[in-house]
Amino acid sequence: MSADLYNEQIVAAARAADGAGNLADPDVVVERDNPLCGDRIRLELHLRQGRIAALAHRTRGCLLTRAAASLLARRARGLDVAAARALRARIERLLAGGETAEDPDLAMFRPVASVRSRHECVLLPFEALVHAFESAESGPEAS
Amino acid sequence: MTLDVAAIRREFPIFEAVPPPFHYLDSAATGQICRAAAKALWHFETAARANVKRGVYRLADEATRAYEDARAQIARYLDAAGPEEIVFTTGATFGLNLAAHVLSERLQPEDEILLSIAEHHSNLVPWQMAAERRGARIRAIPVDERGRLRLDRLGELVSARTRIIAVTHVSNVTGAITDIPRIAEAAAAVGALLVVDGAQRVPHGPLSVRRLGCDVYAFSAHKMFGATGAGALWVRRDLLASLPPFLGGGEMIRRVSIERTRYADPPRRFEAGTPPIGPVLAMAAAARWLAGLDWSAIRDHERRLLARLLDGLQTIPAVILRGPREIEDRFGVVAFEVRGVHAHDVCQMLDGFGVCLRGGHHCAQPLMEAFGTEATARASLALYNDEADIDALLEGLAYTIRRLA
Repeated sequence: MSADLYNEQIVAAARAADGAGNLADPDVVVERDNPLCGDRIRLELHLRQGRIAALAHRTRGCLLTRAAASLLARRARGLDVAAARALRARIERLLAGGETAEDPDLAMFRPVASVRSRHECVLLPFEALVHAFESAESGPEAS
Repeated sequence: MTLDVAAIRREFPIFEAVPPPFHYLDSAATGQICRAAAKALWHFETAARANVKRGVYRLADEATRAYEDARAQIARYLDAAGPEEIVFTTGATFGLNLAAHVLSERLQPEDEILLSIAEHHSNLVPWQMAAERRGARIRAIPVDERGRLRLDRLGELVSARTRIIAVTHVSNVTGAITDIPRIAEAAAAVGALLVVDGAQRVPHGPLSVRRLGCDVYAFSAHKMFGATGAGALWVRRDLLASLPPFLGGGEMIRRVSIERTRYADPPRRFEAGTPPIGPVLAMAAAARWLAGLDWSAIRDHERRLLARLLDGLQTIPAVILRGPREIEDRFGVVAFEVRGVHAHDVCQMLDGFGVCLRGGHHCAQPLMEAFGTEATARASLALYNDEADIDALLEGLAYTIRRLA
């Protein structure tokens, strides 16, 4: 049943809103929209030698997007571009039903694999993170 | 007379195919196909298939005849002056793009196109593209807090600069009906053309484009219980005759040499290539079936359901209703939000109750912005809905609020 998507962990992660807010003088600011529903995440990063020193986000979206943003915020510190891409790839594999690693944080999204139309909701914050690194490489301008 | 909803539902194969619980409240996105349309589509594709307007053999001649009969059927459904005013398209989006493209050739820099904040992106983006090509400007009729067009502002918005006005007949978010004759009067006063997006109006019975007073009217077949992939664009005869073609190709020409082409008369001038013949025939079959129903009984039925839905939603404190509260002057499209629960989460939870709702911005982001939100849930009614559909929605909503709000 659809309600199974909303396991306690997802609901708790969304409500926790880890990392919600803004940074002072961020090095990178990006916004990413989900065209399906207009959900939007604004990501701000402090970078030190190509790694995330701090991350904050403003997320306007569904429980899945907000839970994913909380998860991202918990995992962000120390990530570089390769690690950000690897994290996104893991989420993609999980949603495709292929990721089996015992990672309880990621595993909470496993029920979403069966609902194709909601994959973008979970992916949005991780897409935004990769986009943030790419935009940091091409210049500090917000996009 | 009371509507026999069970008899209506028997005319829609989906209700036999999908096991219960199945409460389809997403007809504003796409209506279910009626038996008459499904039968026409199947018959053409399996027993009568040939290309139209080309062959002289019997099968091709019959296909051409059926295709032109379909044009006459759609003309009658819209009360058009004649079948030659009907251009077959692939849907409302295509029709509106066609209209925007061919009408934009008349635009000069600084001319204005007047839209409304309530437009579906299909009746917004093509005009933005046209304005950009021609250096024209877009202006918009604002909405009030319930999403109704502020027609009291027409006086200041319509001027000698206004060349085109493009508005929706019925909002795909709030179900509000636009007073088209009033806008037609304002358009006529300055010589502007009036284009109407009728996608949400056509499923609710035959209408008269002539009484509306517009110049162009676009809609899709799939929302009026036909197949996907077809639609029609009505254009007033003299206007259509004066317009340049949109797409080039076969069937839209009179004579072609390597240097130049003389185009066919309308409506063929606007129908390049092989049209979606089966879906067009299905659309006409749906129109024929719809035209034979008792629309006063259906309208009463839809109003009763709408009242039940609005009353139910208004008793739930966490629900924020968007759109008009009145039953009159609107159809059964109802947008709402639940405090603390995102629209997509509402829709996902209701799926567990077999309730099919749409959540998101409904391709109407400027209206969402006017409401100060990014997404709503939306329930939309059609002639086949019944009380059980409304009650399942309200029950599922109560559960969702207990779980997630």
